[in-house]
Amino acid sequence: MKISVTVDGVKYADDVEPRMLLVHYLREVVGKTGTPIGCDTSNCGACTVLMDGASVKSCSVLAVQADGTDVTTIEGLANGELHPLQRAFHEMHALQCGYCTPGMIIAAADLLRDNPHPSEQEIREGLEGNLCRCTGYENIVRAVQRAAGSESTGAGATS
Amino acid sequence: MTAQTETAQAAELGRARLRKEDARLITGQTNWTDNITLPGMLHMAFVRSPYAHARITSVDVSAAKQRPGVIAAFSGADFAAEQGSLPCAWPVTEDIVIPDHPPMAVDEVRYVGEAVAVVVARDRYTAADAVEAVEVDYEPLPPVLDMRAALEEGSPKVHEAGNKSYDFVMPNGDLDAAFSGAPVVIERTYRQQRLIPSAMEPRAVVATAVGGEYTVWSATQVPHILRVMLALQTGIPEQNIRVIAPDVGGGFGSKLQVTAEEVLAVLVTRKLGRPVKWTESRSEGNMTVHHGRDQWQRIRIAADSDGRIRGLDVDLLADMGAYLMLVTPGVPILGAFMYPAIYKMDAYRFRCVGVFTTKMPTDAYRGAGRPEATFAIERIMDELAVKLGMDPLELRELNWIKHEEFPFTTVAGLTYDSGNYEAATARAKELFQYDELRREQAERNARNDPVRLGIGISTFTEMCGLAPSRVVGGLAYGAGGWESASIRMLPTGKVEVITGSSAHGQGHETAWSQIVADQLGVPFEDIRVLHGDTQISPRGLDTYGSRSLAVGGMALVAACDKVIEKARVVAAGMMEASADDLEFSSGRFSVRGDPEKGITIGEIALAVFFAHNTPEGVEPSIDADATYDPDNFSFPHGTHLCATEVDTETGMVTIRSYVAVDDVGKVVNPLIVEGQVHGGIAQGIAQALYEEAVYDEAGNLLTTTLADYLVPSAADLPSYVTSRTESPGDNRLGVKGVGEAGTIASTPAVVNAIVDALRPLGVQDVTMPCSPERVWRAIQAARETGGAAATGGAA
Repeated sequence: MKISVTVDGVKYADDVEPRMLLVHYLREVVGKTGTPIGCDTSNCGACTVLMDGASVKSCSVLAVQADGTDVTTIEGLANGELHPLQRAFHEMHALQCGYCTPGMIIAAADLLRDNPHPSEQEIREGLEGNLCRCTGYENIVRAVQRAAGSESTGAGATS
Repeated sequence: MTAQTETAQAAELGRARLRKEDARLITGQTNWTDNITLPGMLHMAFVRSPYAHARITSVDVSAAKQRPGVIAAFSGADFAAEQGSLPCAWPVTEDIVIPDHPPMAVDEVRYVGEAVAVVVARDRYTAADAVEAVEVDYEPLPPVLDMRAALEEGSPKVHEAGNKSYDFVMPNGDLDAAFSGAPVVIERTYRQQRLIPSAMEPRAVVATAVGGEYTVWSATQVPHILRVMLALQTGIPEQNIRVIAPDVGGGFGSKLQVTAEEVLAVLVTRKLGRPVKWTESRSEGNMTVHHGRDQWQRIRIAADSDGRIRGLDVDLLADMGAYLMLVTPGVPILGAFMYPAIYKMDAYRFRCVGVFTTKMPTDAYRGAGRPEATFAIERIMDELAVKLGMDPLELRELNWIKHEEFPFTTVAGLTYDSGNYEAATARAKELFQYDELRREQAERNARNDPVRLGIGISTFTEMCGLAPSRVVGGLAYGAGGWESASIRMLPTGKVEVITGSSAHGQGHETAWSQIVADQLGVPFEDIRVLHGDTQISPRGLDTYGSRSLAVGGMALVAACDKVIEKARVVAAGMMEASADDLEFSSGRFSVRGDPEKGITIGEIALAVFFAHNTPEGVEPSIDADATYDPDNFSFPHGTHLCATEVDTETGMVTIRSYVAVDDVGKVVNPLIVEGQVHGGIAQGIAQALYEEAVYDEAGNLLTTTLADYLVPSAADLPSYVTSRTESPGDNRLGVKGVGEAGTIASTPAVVNAIVDALRPLGVQDVTMPCSPERVWRAIQAARETGGAAATGGAA
């Protein structure tokens, strides 16, 4: 099937198998390997991208369903300079191996769009669909708070 | 102590540097193995056994090969002559049974998920489709699923030689004397459930051969070990194998392995002459990435009536699964040394029987033997306190090694380097508000509050910095424990650091830069750290067992020493001074007493690049390699306190507060250390409350997805309060290691808190994971038996 998708600001037209997952389309057809795959049951959220501004798990969307949409991946989130969430994840040491990070940042972006000043509990619940095995989530929560401007102090880090 | 240490700058040590590796990780520029695409690359997909135990009567790949886009398909028989047996590098006893373990099954399968055929196709979808076209006939054999039943007479056999792999006994001191006549003896049996490590990046491997030279990219923790083992396994000369661990998305022990799929990728690329890739799905991985834990622990403790411990007796059954993988049998043996923990006692006996079952093999998972040991001793210390009517912290304090007694040789024969259990515990009590919580607990018990408060204690230590080569050699471990480092001084004054450690989330690029910046007096920003490629870093023993900093970090120091000594000779020639008169400080040599005149190490690097004026007989290089082998393990410790609220009507457990005071020696980067502690605690809580690999009675894994195997989310975990005390390690950096501490400490802290909350209701134990159902059942059972022994599971 022919589809036309805008990915990180660039328009693509491709012929894809109807069963192709969006995440495989992004990684293997468009070459956007910044979005990784962590599971096959849509539990881990590593593959989260924005589709027309809302977060989706790209392993649970067919490429053909993305026809005509505007997809933003972690690679297109920065706009000349780092997105506030990317900066906050760095500054608060909210990643270790980094495998969940693209999905976690995208999911957090969607969370902050809906709720610009979430409480700690709202952040924890808002990111429930994204699993991290390294950080214990403590610094992820702090990073989202920092990006939301709801916490003014850092982790005592120096750059 | 050499001159450099006296003058090394400590500007970086202890500084919370933000990580260098983040730049690519937060922008999606990361190089995961699955990202790699090579011209002409093919995709592999495996046909896997649906039976826990069966004889293979036929494998027919012909229909699969007919499908469009399928290049080849192979059964185990196609590899029989060349695949060898996957390595087990830790034969813990002389008469251990190590069964043949072909990467692809030929005659018999022994766990669900074992590979029986492989399809190679143009793309991953075609390969996955073609798997369906492979026809395999099986003759089912009886599964062997229960360790205790497996050892009974007449049990079906996993292997011809029987179901016992080994029987390891370690006696220390006169146990009979310790137990006979002891006023208090208690015995408990604990269950360490089977866990799935669940690194977020699934395993992946890419293999290619050009002119007989092989390159293998793998999501591995151990590129160096993998290279050696691939050479031994395949017969490809070691010099013709390059292994690259690109960015690796977590390991937790699960990628400390030489896997069937890695070996088969090399064999397939050798057969076909084309690059191949394989990436597992999560469901495939849950079945076939080695599992962790899975032990029955019987523990007896003898004490005097004042609470002094006399002796400890530990009997384990450890589930090996179907085969022995890289360090499968050694995992419980690592734990053998940790049961006495921080306590003094007269005698200790450890015994472990390794048992085969028709399940996925177990192997290293974060902590590897030490979490199990810490759990059992910290659980029974609470039980002993109850028996004696003592506060559990007071009982611990009575028995633990006092800070002035270090270095201290334990009953298990280890010499603990340093520690201050008093200080860590005092800090933890204060942060936790221990006394206030005890008061609240008493009030709530008095008013029969349906939501009970429990306080859990874990005063743990661990052995890390694996390992002194001689010591592990004495334990029949099939490798050394050293680590290597190289420093390359570039002509522009910048520095390349090559390390044999292989990071997969630990932040070596940052921490190693900090160490070298201090040692050589060069800016943090001027240093680049390279790792994870056997062509760049030819010598190494990789990253596991909290060894990177205590061993690999010290290798950096040794290499920097050599650089400075070589530079000193060159500097002396350039400055027309005696080398003995030069002092090195902040990256600069100057004549003692005349600090004005000097030359920087960067200037020397440029001078040897030109080599126009290097002194006669001195090589034009100040680069250096070093290998460091520690004299001892290191012994971080800490006190973790957990408060849980347990709803006695629903069985729901909520962690109300969690305080962790860790002593990991000197800290290079406090941000990284805190992150390791957070993540470690989370994994230990996950064992206590959520995770368990479950097989049904036919031997099918039921927890194949992240919907069934409950890796906790942010909403399932508490916030942690962390703090540190500092007892320097016995090396020049004073470091110990932190990777496993949190996981070792937190599981008993949580379960002790749950049992503490429910003890007034008669509950003495809850089997992990302490799900609401298990907690609720434990409460009901205690009510029915009037408060006698009650457990929530199959104990």
